[in-house]
Amino acid sequence: MEDVVISVLHRTMVAGTPLLLGTVGEVICERSGILNLGVEGVMSVGAVVAFVVTYTTGNPWLALIAAILAGMIISLIHAFASITLMANQVVSGLALTMIGLGLSGMVGKPYVGKPLAVKMNDFAIPWLSDIPFVGPLLFKQSPFFYMAILLALAAWFFLERTLAGIKVRSTGENPRATETQGVNVTLVRYICVITGGAFSAMAGAHLSTSYSKSWIEGMTAGRGWIVIALTIFALWNPGKAIFGSFLFGGVFVLQYLLQPVGISPNFLAMLPYIATLLILFGMGLRDRRRLNAPAQLGEPYKRGER
Amino acid sequence: MLKINVYDRDSITPLRSLMTNIGSLLASLLAIGIVFFLCGVNPLYAIAKIFTGSFGSMYGFKETITKAIPLILIGGGLALAFRAKFWNIGAEGQLLMGALMGTWIGLTWGSSIPSSILIPIMFAAGFIGGAFLGLIPAILKIKFSINEVISTLMLNYICAELITMLIVGPWKGNTRFGFPGTNNLNDAALLGVISGSRIHYVTLIIAIISILILSIIVYRTRFGYEVRVIGENPEAGKYAGIDFFKTTLVIMTLSGGLAGVAGVGELAGIHHYLGYPASISSGYGFTAIIVAWLAKLNPIYVLVSALFFAGILVGGDAIQISLGLPGATVQIVNGILLVFLIMGDYFLKHKVIVSFANNDSKIACAAKK
Repeated sequence: MEDVVISVLHRTMVAGTPLLLGTVGEVICERSGILNLGVEGVMSVGAVVAFVVTYTTGNPWLALIAAILAGMIISLIHAFASITLMANQVVSGLALTMIGLGLSGMVGKPYVGKPLAVKMNDFAIPWLSDIPFVGPLLFKQSPFFYMAILLALAAWFFLERTLAGIKVRSTGENPRATETQGVNVTLVRYICVITGGAFSAMAGAHLSTSYSKSWIEGMTAGRGWIVIALTIFALWNPGKAIFGSFLFGGVFVLQYLLQPVGISPNFLAMLPYIATLLILFGMGLRDRRRLNAPAQLGEPYKRGER
Repeated sequence: MLKINVYDRDSITPLRSLMTNIGSLLASLLAIGIVFFLCGVNPLYAIAKIFTGSFGSMYGFKETITKAIPLILIGGGLALAFRAKFWNIGAEGQLLMGALMGTWIGLTWGSSIPSSILIPIMFAAGFIGGAFLGLIPAILKIKFSINEVISTLMLNYICAELITMLIVGPWKGNTRFGFPGTNNLNDAALLGVISGSRIHYVTLIIAIISILILSIIVYRTRFGYEVRVIGENPEAGKYAGIDFFKTTLVIMTLSGGLAGVAGVGELAGIHHYLGYPASISSGYGFTAIIVAWLAKLNPIYVLVSALFFAGILVGGDAIQISLGLPGATVQIVNGILLVFLIMGDYFLKHKVIVSFANNDSKIACAAKK
């Protein structure tokens, strides 16, 4: 019985990892005031780039770096359109998703159905992994899991406890006042959008080189959109994102748990999406002021305008 | 030294708007060409093939009109929703819901009700189905402040799974040799087509009439004015006493309903049975977003931009066959077009002057100081 519980919880952690990476990236991005709806597309690009590089070089770490770079580059589209050209962020993000999904489908077509010979192997942390129950659960995971947790904690520390983090937050709250303090709002926002892209691409790399070891078109399956909902659920706080992501990881695992019971697999596949709606519904019942959303989220900032 | 000066434009003439759109399209063609080139495809051949495949032959043109039908219906509805800044990204699901309702009516009464009554009932049911799915995010947004982008998208996924659940389960037809899908609808439930083509003209006529009604609503009624105020200046709307909830409900009834009608058209005019969601709609709900944007959210212009994007869909099929490109190609083309269109808006609102500031002027500046 204990083995089953550990196995289920272990898979929950695995399923929650890409959600956590994506959510932390989106939190950083939205805290600077830019809404990025392109997560799904960037994730997909990260997945395909990581897969192709692992397939050709056999080195998943090199693949991860390549995926991150690709994610940063493609996020520049959204950054340029929404920051420099002050375009509508909803539409620009959607366009980024279309381009990302399209490019990844095009680049990945020759690789569909080919399994990876090597993958990002799980890594057992010495000593810690020997602790009963907690050890196999938290310390025998893929490197992506450790990175996700560490990056989430680092992002929390950065945003809440450092001067640079305050600059990012105030850029999202009141860019005009921030600019008068000598902060380059445009630069801060560019960096945050690109950082968000790097995180989303990592999430994608996890899907194709660790979670499933293969590439299929549409393998991100709406995770990029769930990430955007999780950002709200986490109240734009990377620390709370850890809880939310693994909660949703549990919903993904629930699908496989309930399948033998005889419930339609298609109905079970709806669960993450229904859960997303329910969670947002729960958030909607709360007092809006306590939601803590960045005040200028989604609003373009025009320099020198009064 | 390169110097860029940006000035606000005082007024936007329709001519400048048109020229900006054309400029954006040309720039995006250049970008698309570069992407094709990087993917090892001859860009000139591919882009030419897109347009000759869709507008260059009688067959291609008929197919283009066929694919324009759902884009007109959905694009018109989205133009209305986007005017109120209600980001309905769920047209894909609303279309599927319409097809589902149409199938239900068609399978239940296909053999007992004459076609002249059955078809209108199917369209009405499709409208109701799509509207129902559109109303959910509207209520969630106004009453519970749930972001409509996420809720509409989640409903897309839920709808697609619901249809798959039906066609592999209770609705699975006994004439499909074990493959998922319902039986073919009875002849009475099918739409006529213009001979030698797949143009289901009844839906086309409904689409054009809907556009005319929409443009009257938008430009000639108090409701259309309220929609604009909600989108452009919600604060003013509150003071003016506009009922946001009621207005949003009407907007999404129309937007979702029209997508549902498009779903019935695809079902009864093209496919004749309910199959996998991805086969019923080839991303019309998403393409229509760009259709509405290119039309500057003007329902009448939707007719033109729907035809243009239908051409890209048909041409995209053509280059997929002749160049062996994946289905995702069209998505890249659409995404790039959308990015350049929204970027073009900047140059519509601002005057950008790039000049080379030479040393002399720098010295002059320094001297002034």
